[in-house]
Formats: sequence, C-alpha cells, structure tokens
Amino acid sequence: MNGLLEKYVPIVGAEVIDHLRHLAEPLKGSRVVHVNSTREGGGVAEILSWLIPFKQELGLETSWEVIKGDPEFYQCTKSFHNGLQGAGVTIPAGQLEAFEQTNRDNAEQLRSLLTEADFVFIHDPQPAPLLHFCPERKGKWVWRCHIDLSRPNRGVWKYLREWVAGYDASVWSLADFAQPLPHPLYLIAPSIDPLSQKNRDLYAGEVDAVFDRHGLDPDLPLITQVSRYDRFKDPIGVIRAFQLAREFTPLQLVLAGGGAADDPEGEEVLREVREAAGDDPNIHILLLPADAHREINALQRASTIVLQKSTREGFGLTVTEAMWKGRPVIGGNTGGIRLQVINHQTGFLVNTPEGAALRIRYLLKNREHLEEMGRRARALVLDNFLVTRHLREYLTLMHALRHEGQDRIEL
Amino acid sequence: MEESFAVKDCGLIAIATGQEAQNLRELRDRVQTIHPGCIYYHFWGGMLSPSFDETEYQNDFAAWAWRSLHDNILAERLAIIDPSQHRKIDSLRQELLDVIEERLAESELVVWAHPGQRFKFIRSQILVFDTGTRITAPTEMAEQIALMSRGSIFYHFIDARRRTDTARSDFVEWLAAFDDPLCMELIRRISAIDPWFTTLTALRQELAAVFDRCTAGGGEK
Repeated sequence: MNGLLEKYVPIVGAEVIDHLRHLAEPLKGSRVVHVNSTREGGGVAEILSWLIPFKQELGLETSWEVIKGDPEFYQCTKSFHNGLQGAGVTIPAGQLEAFEQTNRDNAEQLRSLLTEADFVFIHDPQPAPLLHFCPERKGKWVWRCHIDLSRPNRGVWKYLREWVAGYDASVWSLADFAQPLPHPLYLIAPSIDPLSQKNRDLYAGEVDAVFDRHGLDPDLPLITQVSRYDRFKDPIGVIRAFQLAREFTPLQLVLAGGGAADDPEGEEVLREVREAAGDDPNIHILLLPADAHREINALQRASTIVLQKSTREGFGLTVTEAMWKGRPVIGGNTGGIRLQVINHQTGFLVNTPEGAALRIRYLLKNREHLEEMGRRARALVLDNFLVTRHLREYLTLMHALRHEGQDRIEL
Repeated sequence: MEESFAVKDCGLIAIATGQEAQNLRELRDRVQTIHPGCIYYHFWGGMLSPSFDETEYQNDFAAWAWRSLHDNILAERLAIIDPSQHRKIDSLRQELLDVIEERLAESELVVWAHPGQRFKFIRSQILVFDTGTRITAPTEMAEQIALMSRGSIFYHFIDARRRTDTARSDFVEWLAAFDDPLCMELIRRISAIDPWFTTLTALRQELAAVFDRCTAGGGEK
C-alpha cells in the first residue's frame, strides 16, 4: 500500500475507501489492461491517468497501453467521432483501410499482453478492432464508449457496430447514449480527481496571478469556457453569448483550450474562433498545452461563471471540474451536461447563445443566487462525480462480469 | 442465544436494457413485461446511484411523469406508491400498472415526451460483501452505524425489506431476537423512520441518533 487512496479520506470519508478495498480484495492479482489512443489531451486520458494507479494500489496488475497510428488513421477516427455524434460524414475507403491496418499492426505489438489479460478495457472507437485481431483471448473484454451516441450517423455506427458487437460487455456514460448491442450495456458516469493538478485547492495568490498572466482585468466579471477547439463545443456560440450579454453589463471572456493528439480539426476551429473574436480586447483566446492543468484550475477558480455551451457532449468533465470549484455552470442542454447542471439548482441549461446571454446577465445581477448555486454544484459533485465512485463502479463491473447473469452477487 | 450482527456492504451497477417509452401507453406496455430488476432499480436504485432527480418524486416513474410528460396528477399518484409494502416485485409492478391504467382511462390525449426525454428502462446487479465487522450488542450499534458506508445502510435498511420474510430492516430483525424492553423500544423507533424524502447519509444519521438516544438513556424519554 503506498497510501494513494488514504489521501482521499479527508474528502470522501474512510468508509468509502474501506469499501473500495473490500471490493478489490477478491480481484487482487487480476491482470487488467486499458487501451486508448492518446496519453495526453481529452477526458479519456485524464480518467486513465488516475484510474491505473488506483487499481495498481488495490492489488490489480493494471497497465495502460496507447495505440499508435498515422495521420490518416486519426483523420478516420476523427470522422468516426463526428459521425457518431450525428454529423454527416463520408469516410473514404482508404481511411477505413488505414483504420483497420493500424489496429492490425497494434494488435501484433500488444497481442500477448491482451490475450493473457483477465480484463481488457478498450476505450472509444479507435482501438475497437483489437478484439477482432486477438481471437485467442482468455479474459473478459469490455468496450468503453465515452461518446454521445444518442443519434449517430447510421452509416458510421453500422460500420463500427461490427467491431464492437463481439465484446463481452460495453460501458456507457448515460443510458441515453447506449446503442443496442448483443451484450450487457453497463452504465458508469465519468468523474474527476479532486486531488489532481486540475482540481486541487490552490493558494489565493496562484488564482489571482492568472489575471496578470493573461492580461485580464481583475475588476471585471470573468466568464470562461474550457474545452478543446471543437465545433461541437460551440465556441462561436460562446462568443456570441458574451457579445449579447456585454451590451447590458461589463464583462470579459476567456476561451481556454488545447489540442488533443488525436484531433486534427482543432487548428481550423481555432482560426474560426479568432475570426469571430476579432480584435475585442475583452475576449481572450488561450491555446494551452495539454499539461496546463494547474493553469486551467486557476482559470476556473478565477471565473465568476463557467460556460460549457456544447451542442453535443459525451459527458463534459469540464462541467464537473467547474462545479467542484463551486462555480455555477451555464451548459448546453445536451448529453451529460443535463445530468450535472440541474436547471436553476447548480446552473442553467441553455439551447442558444441568446439563452446563455440571458443566464449570464441573471447570475451577474443576482450574486447571492450565484453563490448558492455554486455551493449546490460542489455538493452534487462530492456525492456523485468523484473518482472514488467511478473506481467503485469499475470494480463492481469486474465482479459482475465474473458472475454474468446474476442479479444478486454475494461475494 | 442472539447472533451477532454481520455488517455487509453493497454496490449497484446499472445496466441499460435498450427498452424505452415515449408516452404513457408505451410505459404501460413496457412495465407489463419488463425485467423485474428494472422495477426494483427505478424504485430503489436511485438511492445508491448518482441521483439527479427532484427529491419530492421518490421513484423514477413519478419523476418522469412530472418532468417529461408534465402530468402532475400522475406524478403525485406514482410518487405515493410505497415499494416496501410489496413482498414481490410483481405485486409492486401491478400497483404501478393500476395507477398508469387509471390515468390512461382518465385522459383523452396521450402526451408524448420529447425524443430526448424518453423513459429509459434500466436494471441493476447488486454486489454484496461482508465487511467482517460484527456487532454483538445493541449498545454498540450507535457507534458502529456512524461508521457504516451508504452501501451498508442501503443493504440493511432498504434492501432488507425485499429480502427478509417480514419485510423489515435487518436492524429490526436482529433486535427482535433479544428479549429486552430496550430492544422493543428500538424496534418501535426504527420502524417509525420513513426511508423516503431523504438520502442514505441522512438515514445513517437518523438511525445512529435512535440507537444513541435509546442506549444512552435506557429507552423512552
């Protein structure tokens, strides 16, 4: 025991940590492999960066593997991502061949590790065909889908479905996202790590310093959206909401994001965002490196209100992060944002830039309500969206896979 | 001789069934045949799962009727169903169906939920494990309950009602084996605790307070 889990006792309580140890005891020594397509950038990499050490501390032999591909592979998987979230896309046959070949090549590299594992978790579509290329597998294979598949492009889903139907189970963030498959569809919501650089408490001076560093006015209310430069995050809509709200009340906007290694569209979207912002001195567009976790933490804490005006969203971990810092969130009425932003309680759900502008104005005018919403937001995250709950559900899932078909499992 | 109380803990994991309903007629049709685990989950599972619904509607059916169908009359009738009164899931299913049928008979129009607000049927697997903790006397219970997880409270206070022959909590079942006025008083007070409109954390505090008051003061004050 290296004491990693003990650090969470002051936040979640000793009984929660004891519960995890009891759950993990019968799984000790199990070989577990997680596979995704990037080690940095995006919510999946963040989840794996804490999940792996936790499982290791609990006695599970856990490793994290990242598949490698060329630009054509990532173009293809980005199109999958867009298509699965409902966009009309056409994927050239050459890209599909690159997708399959990349998985075939990675399967060669990983085969012995994967086939010997007791549990294999394959994250998102990028490495999904690995199952097909490891026919001699021994353990349980789970496809973990982090994407909003509530209304996928049928052609893209039809193609991918062939690769994922053979898994022993799949895991989805919400019931709304789950697509029918011939295996159990488990539901596990994502989470944040309250002790990570992105979420831990900061000194006041560290928070104040972001105003100087980014040329922000400490006397102006700050609204912030933190997310990749991706059209589904609607950064242009955020700028529009800011412009509408500012006609009534002075404020400043920060759009902070970085690129993910597996997202080739980011630069194009960033260009569009810069164009929409023009030369407005109160719109600050920040391109942060993938490891700028502490900077994002400080920006979220420096914000008066946080926005996540996505039009599609898998879950929206940036929403959870802001809520944990006691900030109300104005979020797009979509996906996992709807589960975190309880309308009028922990923030507001909006459908348009106009709606976002209205709620910005309301909160800036009603500061007591803003503070109260922030307190409720943090309490909701404490009960439901921290890593300890997430880890507990992963462990429960592994037991459930071992006792397939039983509604009541007595260990 | 009385047995010691074995503290167990549990966790639920939710499973999407892929079945859904967009209006009350569809809900009625699905409820007739849906896996019994779904009925259990939508009445009780919310206490152990991440909970986002308004607490005045204590089961998912009532919350959906209110939030997605905007049918307050139906929501109120569904919310008052007490699942702990039913020994068998099929009996609870029948009461649920009776309420839905009654509302269908009263309504001339079938209200549709928005496509994004369909009722999604979810079932769960419950995983139970022994924590190794044993409690030998009621006087130890106040201190021990405060240390129990939310899963333990769910298992012994909520889940037990479906598991035990008498449909009572494990605490009451255990205390009944003691031939002691203090235990009778504890049973009376624990039985009076309403498990609704609250959280497992609050229930834990309520139970600990009952044991604390009774065992410290020797019964009724």
